[in-house]
Amino acid sequence: MTELSPDQTDRKAWMSLLAKAPAAELFRLWEAHGAAPAFRWLRAPEVGAVMVRGRAGAVGAPFNLGEMSVTRCSLRLEDGAVGHAYVQGRDKEKARIAALVDALMQTGGAAALRAAVLDPLEAGLADRARARAAKAAATRVEFFTMVRGENA
Amino acid sequence: MYVAVKGGERAIENAHDWLAEERRGDVSVAELTVAQIREQLALAVNRVMAEGSLYDPDLAALAIKQSRGDLIEAIFLIRAYRTTLPRLGLSEPVDTGAMAVDRRVSATFKDLPGGQVLGPTFDYTHRLLDFALAAEGLEPAAAPEGTPREEPVPHVTEFLDREGLIQPEAESDATPPDLTREPLKLPAGRPLRLQALSRGDEGFVLGMAYSTQRGYGRNHPFVGELRIGKVAVEMEVPELGFAVEIGEVTVTECETVNQFTGSKTEPPQFTRGYGLVFGQTERKAISMALVDRALRWAELGEDNVGAPAQDEEFVLYHSDNIQASGFLEHIKLPHYVDFQSELELIRKLRREAGQATRQEAAE
Repeated sequence: MTELSPDQTDRKAWMSLLAKAPAAELFRLWEAHGAAPAFRWLRAPEVGAVMVRGRAGAVGAPFNLGEMSVTRCSLRLEDGAVGHAYVQGRDKEKARIAALVDALMQTGGAAALRAAVLDPLEAGLADRARARAAKAAATRVEFFTMVRGENA
Repeated sequence: MYVAVKGGERAIENAHDWLAEERRGDVSVAELTVAQIREQLALAVNRVMAEGSLYDPDLAALAIKQSRGDLIEAIFLIRAYRTTLPRLGLSEPVDTGAMAVDRRVSATFKDLPGGQVLGPTFDYTHRLLDFALAAEGLEPAAAPEGTPREEPVPHVTEFLDREGLIQPEAESDATPPDLTREPLKLPAGRPLRLQALSRGDEGFVLGMAYSTQRGYGRNHPFVGELRIGKVAVEMEVPELGFAVEIGEVTVTECETVNQFTGSKTEPPQFTRGYGLVFGQTERKAISMALVDRALRWAELGEDNVGAPAQDEEFVLYHSDNIQASGFLEHIKLPHYVDFQSELELIRKLRREAGQATRQEAAE
């Protein structure tokens, strides 16, 4: 794959974040942000499946593991910015908001939107990942050598 | 032979109404919600996602509710639903090395980077019924937290690979065949086998794996590593021309390290079996790895000892519980005409046999 430009790297990051974010949290932050831009559908929300692949032995030949549900859509804002969404699950409203965020992130409102929606989403994901990692860490085995009878 | 007959519509309708009532059970007991099933029967949900071959916890929970907890029926519902979904694309292969691990254990190395992490396991529980769970409203205490170490959790097979002690995996980016698109063709090849095993019936794959341990195609497995956790799923988005994450899935991965004394074509080295399954499904993932290894006898130049687990055709044609139950259960549906002709035949044969006996007696 070719090297991504800084803009593409940014876009990849926010689209990835939107795909994984819990729908309820995205709705709440989007509502609070209060943006309601006019747009036209390029592709209305559509629920489908993506075939997830693995590799034999984790590093070898690819194989088809199974599908996951994904919803996608594309839209155009009045100023011409185009937003796409590919989000996990079957929530069309989540896809719509994700595509609007994707479009608005290419406009002058990007900084405000990042602060109001993307940063809190990212912090939420990081918090939950940290909490799980902390619970896993508590179940990490610490081996110790038993004191043998003759040394006691 | 099929002959169209009508009748039974009312009986069928009434049977379905009664099914709905029985599904609900005693109405003085609170109804289960889909969210309760998703959260509290998570391992059943995981099995339905793995064998239904569609990662969607809410749908799997709904299927379990609808099927009254009959997991194979739930898997059937998911398989039927997934055929209605348009295919939006194919993901990049998931990177299990970058997994956020809930659990990671190795039976081959005690001390290894990333450590032995037990996770939320049934292992080391006493398997005694916990009657405290029968009382409602008891919330468990929060699980203790430790300090996560910022360190990579490399695959155990990497260490052996570095020393050249294990058979390397062939690097490839070949497009794998897809069972959901083309009918199964033999010889299947490893990618197709792995797909079939990953969605195969847990009981069947477990039984096959167990048979190898008991001596039917023994291959001396060690669990080199078992890991469970979330991996990101990336897909190239055609509108953008680059890959983005489209979600994350919890998977269980098992890598076995198998004793191998060498063959005509391969030097003595360890060999690998591989299991990768949606959800927290470790019994299935370990079973898959054992059966994967058994099926690799030909490429490793091993003898075919005639064990069932070495027989690709036998394993792949019988691992799918939806195909199996479809064929099995169809015999309970009306076969009146078929049976009528069998009945005629038996009567005729008996008549003829009776006549022959009488004739002999008379002569």
